[in-house]
Amino acid sequence: MQKTETARMPLELSLISVFDQHQKELFDASHPKVSLSRAEAIDFLKEKGLPTRKNEKWKNSPFPKQYEKDYMIDVPSVSYDKNVNEIFRCEVHGFEAHTYSLLNGWYYSSEDKQLQTLENGVIVGSMKKAQVQYPDVFEKYYGKTANHQQDGFAAANTALFRDGIFIYVPEGVVVENTMQLIKMINREEPLMVNSRNLIILGKNSKLTFMHCDDSVNHFSSFINTLTEVFISENAFFDLYKLQNINDNTSLLNNTFFRQEANSKLRVNVLSLNGGKIRNELHVDLMGEFAEADLNGVYLMDKQQHIDNQVFVNHAVPNCYSNELFKGVLDEEASGIFNGYIYVARDAQKTNAFQRNNNILMTPKAVIDTMPFLEIYADDVKCSHGATIGRLDNEAMFYLMQRGISKADSRLLLMYAFLAEVTAKVSIDALRNNYEDMIKRRLRGELSICERCVLHCSMPDNPVEFEIDMSKI
Amino acid sequence: MLLNIKNLHVAIDGKEILKGLNLSVNKGEVHAIMGPNGTGKSTLAAAITGREGYEITQGEIMYDGELINDMDPDERANKGIFLSFQYPVEIPGVSMTNFMRTAINAQREFKGEQPISAGEFLKKMEEKKKLVDIHSKLTNRSVNEGFSGGEKKKNEIFQMAMLEPKLAILDETDSGLDIDALKVVAKGVNELRSDDNAFIVITHYQRLLEYIVPDFVHVIYDGKIVKSGGKGLAVELEERGYDWITEKIEA
Repeated sequence: MQKTETARMPLELSLISVFDQHQKELFDASHPKVSLSRAEAIDFLKEKGLPTRKNEKWKNSPFPKQYEKDYMIDVPSVSYDKNVNEIFRCEVHGFEAHTYSLLNGWYYSSEDKQLQTLENGVIVGSMKKAQVQYPDVFEKYYGKTANHQQDGFAAANTALFRDGIFIYVPEGVVVENTMQLIKMINREEPLMVNSRNLIILGKNSKLTFMHCDDSVNHFSSFINTLTEVFISENAFFDLYKLQNINDNTSLLNNTFFRQEANSKLRVNVLSLNGGKIRNELHVDLMGEFAEADLNGVYLMDKQQHIDNQVFVNHAVPNCYSNELFKGVLDEEASGIFNGYIYVARDAQKTNAFQRNNNILMTPKAVIDTMPFLEIYADDVKCSHGATIGRLDNEAMFYLMQRGISKADSRLLLMYAFLAEVTAKVSIDALRNNYEDMIKRRLRGELSICERCVLHCSMPDNPVEFEIDMSKI
Repeated sequence: MLLNIKNLHVAIDGKEILKGLNLSVNKGEVHAIMGPNGTGKSTLAAAITGREGYEITQGEIMYDGELINDMDPDERANKGIFLSFQYPVEIPGVSMTNFMRTAINAQREFKGEQPISAGEFLKKMEEKKKLVDIHSKLTNRSVNEGFSGGEKKKNEIFQMAMLEPKLAILDETDSGLDIDALKVVAKGVNELRSDDNAFIVITHYQRLLEYIVPDFVHVIYDGKIVKSGGKGLAVELEERGYDWITEKIEA
């Protein structure tokens, strides 16, 4: 039964009315499969609405509070200006990345680069263009791993998205340089952006991908991103998510992975700043000997909120998954960690591990951490652990007894606490950069940095990358 | 006088542990503090170094001519007070090199000096490691993490050598050490002894004092120093135990 119009929240109403207004355009520009799921998704949204706190998976979430806000949805794309892109060009010393951008949800490049085939055969470009150009690929993959009826946000994204990034790595191609996606929101009105990405790794291929969410101003926005990733046999996908958005922004990052046999997935999520952030990682291990290594670091303060929802589905035997999420919550920040592990009845010899460690710096900081393990096989190794603590007083005294100030001792210990996770970043230059960002954030410098977390090459804002450990 | 403690009363959670302790230490001296368990030896170390939770309810601690009762632990450390911990703390994720360099630079900043250069620092590390027979690189090792009992204690003396304190307190540095490690630690301490610094060696047993020979020996009992003497007192305590002193007090 559909909700009555009066029962709807303003955000729901806007989503539905924008769809109704633009549906012809939306359907006309879409691959048949995309159109079909748009229709199903809007029906779902009309019937169920956006998730409320009555929904178990949204129980402690502050996101529903945003539904009363009046966001502008679906703004037109702006024409390409090389200089705008230049601002966001990231220069990490010793680290080569090819950068691609989305602006207000639209793939942002010169006209000739909207969809390109690189020398190594990799196809990269706009989702809008790709579905027209590569109908067979969309037929085969689109909507295959994401459940657009999971909740109202997945449905809204599916129904309303206009664009996003599309990447296809052909069989056997090892992409040497990291590909980096920078998502920018640049509007003065409160804006909700629904962008959709599709990434496909062929057999025996490898891709390192960095997904950056940044704000360029203090204006409020709501980012609802859905990404589908297919990792074929023996392929390796190395994903870095960097999140540094302003305090008025809500970010929902929904990523669905489907892994075939012997494939490998490694995820490192670094949430440095943001009003409200929710990361959902859904991993379907569909082929034997697939591995998923999922890691996250979060550093929140003020009244910020971080929510990491990790779902790992061991559908077949002999797979491995590991979750390690660590965070520091200061002032009145709040956080949620939910780790779901599902082991199917025949998924014997499964190894599934999960750990979430938190440091609360003040009595007002809050974390809800919860493991959910559903195991139907009998020959498995599974473990989970969650801790909530404060900085170790013994260690504080030890450091201070050596002359290190209280403030520096705190920083050293917080940094050390997180080092276990950052150590998993295998690219040296990137790890140094990660560590540098964490240090800056812990020192309170990053929250005022409104630019890309990777420090853009602003001539009037030179950034020093050399790390002086003595100063942390 | 480097350290002058007068009528020191220290309480933990309202419970008085030190009950009017007096102690004077001059530069160039080594003082041994002995006594049965739970009489206040480690509390004295905590009070001198400014550990949180140890409340000075009466009396004063003068260090280098300055009252330090309310001084923060890091400031005391930067003024030259060093504690070799009875239980050195493991700090995963902080490498020994970063830790030591941060500490040395904190001390230098305190004195208004420039930070140590990388070259100078590494040279100093190598030199001081030799002093206590540390052969591992330390660079990639986290502070005390995975160190054996002996290595931890050697590491304390290594840090002491790096920081060159004026007053070093060794809290049960001999506990958990085999005789070889004990000799190494003692050798390190003896090489650091000079006319400009002083040591307070807290120990249960006379064994360590065979290698680090004290100028004075004090016995703490029930929160006070109840007997002081020369190095001969330690030998006497080893032979006769503490009962002959404590019984006299109780009586």
